[in-house]
Amino acid sequence: MNPPPLVAVAGNPNAGKSALFNALTGARQKVGNYPGVTVERKSGRLTLADGRPVEVVDLPGSYSLDPASPDEAVTRDVLLGRQKGERQPDALIIVLDASNLDNHLRFALQLIELGLPTIVALNMIDLAKRDGLELDPAALERELGVPVIETVAVRRRGIGELQTALDDMLSAPRCGLHKHVKTDIVHLQRRAREIATAAVVSETPVRRWTHRLDSLLLHPVFGPVILAAIMFVMFQAVFAWSAAPMAWIGDAVAWVSNLVGNALPPGLLRSLIVDGAIAGVGAVITFLPQILILFFFILLLEGTGYMVRAAFLMDRLMHGVGLSGRAFIPLLSSFACAVPGIMATRTIDDPKDRLTTILVAPLMTCSARLPVYTLIIAAFIPNTRLAWGVGLQGLVMFGLYIAGIAGALLAALVLRRGVLKGRSAGFMMELPKYQWPPLKDVVIGILTRAQIFLKRAGTIILGTTIILWALASIPQAGPGQKQSEVSIAGHIATGIETVVRPIGFNHDIALALLPAMAAREVAVSAIATVYSIDSPDEQAGASKLQDKLQHRWSLATALAFLAWFVFAPQCISTIAVTRRETNGWKWPLFMVTYLFVLAYLAAGATYWIAVAAGLGGT
Amino acid sequence: MNAPFQPEALSLDRLALGTRARVASVDWASLDEGEACRLKHFGFDEGVTVEPLHLGPFGRDPIAVRVGRMTVAIRRKHAGAIRVTLLGR
Repeated sequence: MNPPPLVAVAGNPNAGKSALFNALTGARQKVGNYPGVTVERKSGRLTLADGRPVEVVDLPGSYSLDPASPDEAVTRDVLLGRQKGERQPDALIIVLDASNLDNHLRFALQLIELGLPTIVALNMIDLAKRDGLELDPAALERELGVPVIETVAVRRRGIGELQTALDDMLSAPRCGLHKHVKTDIVHLQRRAREIATAAVVSETPVRRWTHRLDSLLLHPVFGPVILAAIMFVMFQAVFAWSAAPMAWIGDAVAWVSNLVGNALPPGLLRSLIVDGAIAGVGAVITFLPQILILFFFILLLEGTGYMVRAAFLMDRLMHGVGLSGRAFIPLLSSFACAVPGIMATRTIDDPKDRLTTILVAPLMTCSARLPVYTLIIAAFIPNTRLAWGVGLQGLVMFGLYIAGIAGALLAALVLRRGVLKGRSAGFMMELPKYQWPPLKDVVIGILTRAQIFLKRAGTIILGTTIILWALASIPQAGPGQKQSEVSIAGHIATGIETVVRPIGFNHDIALALLPAMAAREVAVSAIATVYSIDSPDEQAGASKLQDKLQHRWSLATALAFLAWFVFAPQCISTIAVTRRETNGWKWPLFMVTYLFVLAYLAAGATYWIAVAAGLGGT
Repeated sequence: MNAPFQPEALSLDRLALGTRARVASVDWASLDEGEACRLKHFGFDEGVTVEPLHLGPFGRDPIAVRVGRMTVAIRRKHAGAIRVTLLGR
């Protein structure tokens, strides 16, 4: 059987390509990778009126077929049928921003010249009208020689017409393809401008509200203040909004744990399921609400167009440490997770600039650290309210984020002066129009993340907690012995402890550090597992983990533990993605080494200062 | 292809905010290949209308410039390679 026809969606960045792709394919999307390169491949299914399936692929946004980045190279290669792991598309949908025809038509002209069956989606037609621009799609159709459909992808307008046109196109016989296209930008640009002029019926000059909004958001004084306020609200919300759902999940886990605990006879099997699987995975999925709230904000900032403004505001400061504002977006994404953050560095053209960004990305506080931070803060920092909406716990969390950022900037500065010395890279970015992203697109984004996180909890985290449980339970302790000391894991931890004892880490922490190499949040489940194995008399789930911590750790140790996690590169996925992005082991090894050294020094300094301040007792 | 470099024309980085001007010439030779390519992709070309709109909060860098119908951010250094002639408001 023949595979379904492949339709590629191409266009300039900010043309609304992804929104159109979402409108065409709905939630039925598959996110993967092109082989050999680290460019994301997004595809989905669409069913035509007669029931025929069509595969739709969302190509990376490009300004031309003359690539300036790996992303743009993929777009070119797919369209020319040269990309490994992708057949040549059977048809092409070009997405144009209706209010930016002079620029977007240039790329469209190049694409039409390829000779693929092509439809133009004249997108964001509503925003063009808002800007006082009256267009003539028929004139555009005449000039371009391909069907032009007016769409407003974010409102699902024109999607039906687009599907009908696609249906007609795929039913018609195919003509030959051209392999050579003009790359004379200046010539194409002039032709694009002519066509744009021909397609504009009238233009009423209006004060564009993107411009008015920018006058405030990019204001030299208010701009940075608003950015700081947005960041602060974001991190406070991660705490405040998540409290209730986290409590529900926690209660549900305790309920399941009790149910299973009572149903099974005491023994190794009960211990494995209750102390290993349920305690371990339960401790981590409790943090799902916080992670999703963080992703919600990041998706919202990206979708509205504010993220690029943040890059604009931060460029000069980033420039000061040898980075560019472009690095701000990957670094901000790294607050959610360093893996997509490191992958987002592909948009940075300068290789040294990009490598520096990759190396400092793990210092941004990713969502996997949240479980660790939340647990320790909840156990050791009093929940005092300092002012309206500002709590001490939130403030400490904010401080940890700031510590990560300061560490990243400092590390970038040192790297750019040392191993990655070179001329400073540029900063050139388009500032797209502001728009409200469709709720559905944000929800699709959040659900995808939730799925990835739960899959991780179900596989890596479950696996490592079970292994840890086994290592921590065998051999069984005799009377008067502590299980966490006589077990295999206990002996390994004793070895680690000699190294981390000077920075205030006890045996339990040493035990948690090893499995936490797989993923940071495992530290929480590891501690949970160890303590529930250690105290079998207590009813499972009856005593909260944070109460146990308060009895066993000093405040100095808790603070040192937090400082450790600001810097420690404890995440196999990050190391793996760094290896893939830098094509070798040299840079990931370098990254792991310098981060561990930093983590050790930071935890040590925190501990020694805290002990000197009299916080060393339990 | 390039028009002769006119030192008497104003460079884009010296243009006051909200002043519309026309690009007279771009000193492509002072830019590296990638930077020149990006600027062309944004539509910087002789004859296009430009207008600086916003400045970065630190060191008045970068500059947000309207070029044709889109707004782009470029560094002051690169704006210095673009010569413009005033159009008035």
